[in-house]
Amino acid sequence: MNPDDRKYTREHEWVVSEAGADTVLVGITHYAQDQLGDVVYVELPAVGDAVGYLAKMGEIESVKAVSDLFSPITGQVTEVNARLAQEPELVNNDPFGDGWMLRVSMSDPAELDSLLDAASYEEYIGQL
Amino acid sequence: MTTDLSPAENLRTTLYDTHVAAGARMVPFGGWDMPVQYQGTIAEVEAVRQAAGIFDVSHMGRLNIGGPNAAGLLDTLLTGSASDLRVGRARYCFICNERGGVIDDTIFYRLSDDEFLLIPNAGNRAAVALWFDRQLAQHYDGRGVQITDRTMATGLIAVQGPQAAGIVDGLLEDFSPGARLARNPGRQPQPSLLRPYTWGRGHIDGRRIFIGRTGYTGEDGFELAVQSSDAAHIWERLTQAGATPCGLGARDVLRLEAGLPLHGHELADTITPIEAGLSRFVRRDGGFNGADVLDHQRVYGTPRQLVGLTMPGRSAPRADYDVLADGEVVGTVSSGSYSPTLERCIAMAFVDAAYSEPGTALQVDIRGRAADVTTTELPFYRRAG
Repeated sequence: MNPDDRKYTREHEWVVSEAGADTVLVGITHYAQDQLGDVVYVELPAVGDAVGYLAKMGEIESVKAVSDLFSPITGQVTEVNARLAQEPELVNNDPFGDGWMLRVSMSDPAELDSLLDAASYEEYIGQL
Repeated sequence: MTTDLSPAENLRTTLYDTHVAAGARMVPFGGWDMPVQYQGTIAEVEAVRQAAGIFDVSHMGRLNIGGPNAAGLLDTLLTGSASDLRVGRARYCFICNERGGVIDDTIFYRLSDDEFLLIPNAGNRAAVALWFDRQLAQHYDGRGVQITDRTMATGLIAVQGPQAAGIVDGLLEDFSPGARLARNPGRQPQPSLLRPYTWGRGHIDGRRIFIGRTGYTGEDGFELAVQSSDAAHIWERLTQAGATPCGLGARDVLRLEAGLPLHGHELADTITPIEAGLSRFVRRDGGFNGADVLDHQRVYGTPRQLVGLTMPGRSAPRADYDVLADGEVVGTVSSGSYSPTLERCIAMAFVDAAYSEPGTALQVDIRGRAADVTTTELPFYRRAG
C-alpha cells in the first residue's frame, strides 16, 4: 500500500526523488489521510520558502481536526501543488499521487538515508 | 503530521462488531469506542441532508424512571415539566444544579402515567444517575421511584434525513402510537404520522422497536430503541433499505449546522441554559433546581451569550479559540467546523453580551492569525418545509 519508491517520516509524510532532477516531492501517507478524515484545507509554505528537516512546514485541517505538517528534508520550496487550494480532497483520494504538496530542492540528500523505507514505515504504523 | 492516539479501556455498544466489519474508524468518546466515520464525514453529512443516515447512539444512556413519585421527582430535577407531559410525548430540557449550571441536557419520554424513559449523554450517565439518587433521598426519603439503567440491555439507532420516514414506515410490520395520532383519517397508523417529540411502538421482523420522532441533526427522523441482541439485525435492515451508516464526525457537523448544543461545549455545569440561548426549554413556574438563578438571568440578562459565528473559507475556528474585538479577548469558541452544507466555516461562541448582536464584526484568533467573523443568529441551517 505504501509505495517503495520513497521514504517516510514517523509523522506520516513521504518524500520521493524525481528522476532526472535534484528535486523531491513531499506529501502525506494514506494512513495519515485516513486518520484525518475529509481534508478541507491545507496551509503550505510559498515558493522560495525554506523548509527544515522534520521541522513544521504547514498545517492540514480536516472537518474534525487540525494537524501540523513536518518537512521530511531540508531545502527550498520550488513549487506548491496549486490544485489543493480548490481540491483538498485530492489528499484523501490520491495521497501518494495527485495529492502531493510540495516540490523541494534538497540541500542535503543524505537526510533521506535517515528516513524510513516502505517496509519499516508499514511495520511502524502496524504498531500504532 | 501529529496524531494523538491514546489507548483507553472503553465500553463498546452492541453494534461495535458491525462497525468494525464495515470498516468504520473507531475513536474514544464519552467512555465508549464509537465510529467517527465510515466512508467520510462530508459524504455522510450529505447523505443525511439529502436522503437518510443511521447513527449508533447506543452510547447515550437509557434510564427507566418509574413509580408513584417519578413525575414529582422529575419535576424537581428537570427544567421541563414531567407531570404536565402527556403519555405518548417527549420533551427536551435540562438537568440543572442549584446554580443553574447544566449537569446534562436530556430528552425524556412519558411511557405511562408513572413511567418515564430518560436519555442522558454518554459521558454523563453516571453523574445523572448519582444526582437522581441523591435527590430522591432528599425529596422523597428514597421512596416511590425506581431508577433502572437499561443502557447495556438495549441499543439505540438514530435514523435521520428526508427519507427516514419512508424507510421506517416501510420496515415496520405493525405500529401503535403512544398517544392518539393528530391526523389519522382512517389510515393505518405509521411512524411517519407521529408528530415531533412523540413516540410509538412496533416490530421489524418480529423484533420489538420503540420509536421516538426525535433527533440531533436538524432533519426529520427517528430514534429507535431495540433489545441489544436485535440491534445488529435492525441496523442491517436499515442499511439495506437505503440508509447510509454515519459516524460521530457527521453527527457533530450536523448538530452544529442545526445550532444544537453539545454538553461539554455549549452546555456545562458552569454554563446556564439562559447563557446558551435556550430559555425556551426552561419552564417559568419554577420549583426545580436552579430555578431562582435562571429566572433572574432571564429577566436581567447574562454577562455572556452564546452566538453563531460565520466566516468564508475553509480554515475553521475551533473549540477554545479566543474571540477578539479590536484585539481584546471578548469570548471563546465553544464548537467550530467547516460546514459542508453551507460551504463556509461556522462556529458557536460565548461572547460578552455587548458583542452578541447579530451582524457584529469580530475576529477569531486562529493559531495566531486574527480571522474576521460575523455574529449570526442560530441555527445556521434550517431544513425546508
